[in-house]
Amino acid sequence: MNRTPPEPVHIVKERRDRALAALVERTPYIRTLGISFDRRGDELTAVLNYDDKLIGNPFLPALHGGAIASFLEVAAIMELGFHILWDEIENGRVSADELSPETLPRMPKTIDFTVDYLRSGLPRDAYARARVNRSGRRYASVHVEAWQDNRQRLFAQATGHFLMPTRG
Amino acid sequence: MADETEDRAADKARIARQFIEAIPFSKALAMSLDEIGDGLAVISMPYSDDLVGDPGTGVIHGGAVSALMDTCGGAAVMSHPEALAGTATIDLRIDYMRPATPGQTITARAQCYHVTRSVAFIRAEAFDHDMDRPVAAATGAFTVERRAKS
Repeated sequence: MNRTPPEPVHIVKERRDRALAALVERTPYIRTLGISFDRRGDELTAVLNYDDKLIGNPFLPALHGGAIASFLEVAAIMELGFHILWDEIENGRVSADELSPETLPRMPKTIDFTVDYLRSGLPRDAYARARVNRSGRRYASVHVEAWQDNRQRLFAQATGHFLMPTRG
Repeated sequence: MADETEDRAADKARIARQFIEAIPFSKALAMSLDEIGDGLAVISMPYSDDLVGDPGTGVIHGGAVSALMDTCGGAAVMSHPEALAGTATIDLRIDYMRPATPGQTITARAQCYHVTRSVAFIRAEAFDHDMDRPVAAATGAFTVERRAKS
C-alpha cells in the first residue's frame, strides 16, 4: 500500500490564502471599498470594514444603499471566482506559486443583481456570505446574505445571475 | 398660484441637490449631479482606476454601476413633488447589458414614475459615451417620507 501522505496543513492553508489574496489584490474596486475576506476551509466571509466614506445618509447615519449593493456583488463574484481558481489549482492547470494577472482565471460577469434592503445599515462593520445555488457551464445563480451584529438579523440580501468565464 | 408651485419645485430641487451633494459615499465615487427636478435625476460618475473590477480589461466593477443607479434612483425620488428629501432603498434590480467602455464617464438617468403614500417606484438607465446602447438598466422601490399633515 503506497499512499502519498497528506500535505502538511500549513502548506494547504498557505496556498489557499495566497489564491484568495491574489484575487482580492488584483481588483481595485475591492480595495476602494475596504472589503476583506475571512476564509475557513472553502467558506468565505466578506467583511465591509467601516469607513465614514461608506455613509449614504449622514443624518441617521446609515450606510449607502449603493455601498451595500457593491459589497454584496463583490461577495457574490468572489465566491464564484475563488472556487473557479481553487478548481484550477487542484487540477494543476494553475500553479499557486505563480499567480499573476496572466495566470489568474477570468472572473464571472454580472448579468443581473437584485438587492433586498431589509433594514438600514449601521455605521459599523458588515459581513456577507454567498451561496451558489446553481453553477453550470455558462450561468450561475448566487444568493448573498449580509448582517452586522447579529447573524440572524440580516440587513440586506441579494440574488444575482452571472455569466461564467469560458475555460481552457 | 402657479408662481408659488414653481417656487416650491425650485426649492425642492435645491434641497435635493444639497442633500445629494452631501452624501459621503457619492463623493467618494466622485459622482456629480447633472440634472434634477420633478422626479427626474441625472447623475454622472467619471471613470477612475479605483472603480475597476477587471484589471485585464479595465472595465468598471458592476458594483460601482449599482452604486450609481442607487444614488440616482434615490435622487429621483427626493426630487418628486410628493416626496420629502430623504428616502431609503427597499429594493433595487439591475440588469447589465454590456461592459462600460474603459475611460468613459458613466451617466445614469432615473425617473420616479409612480408614488404611493409610502412607496416610490423608479426606472433608470446608465450610459457611457454611446447613448444608443445602455450599459445597464435598473428598477427599484424606495421609501417615501411625507410631510406631517397640518
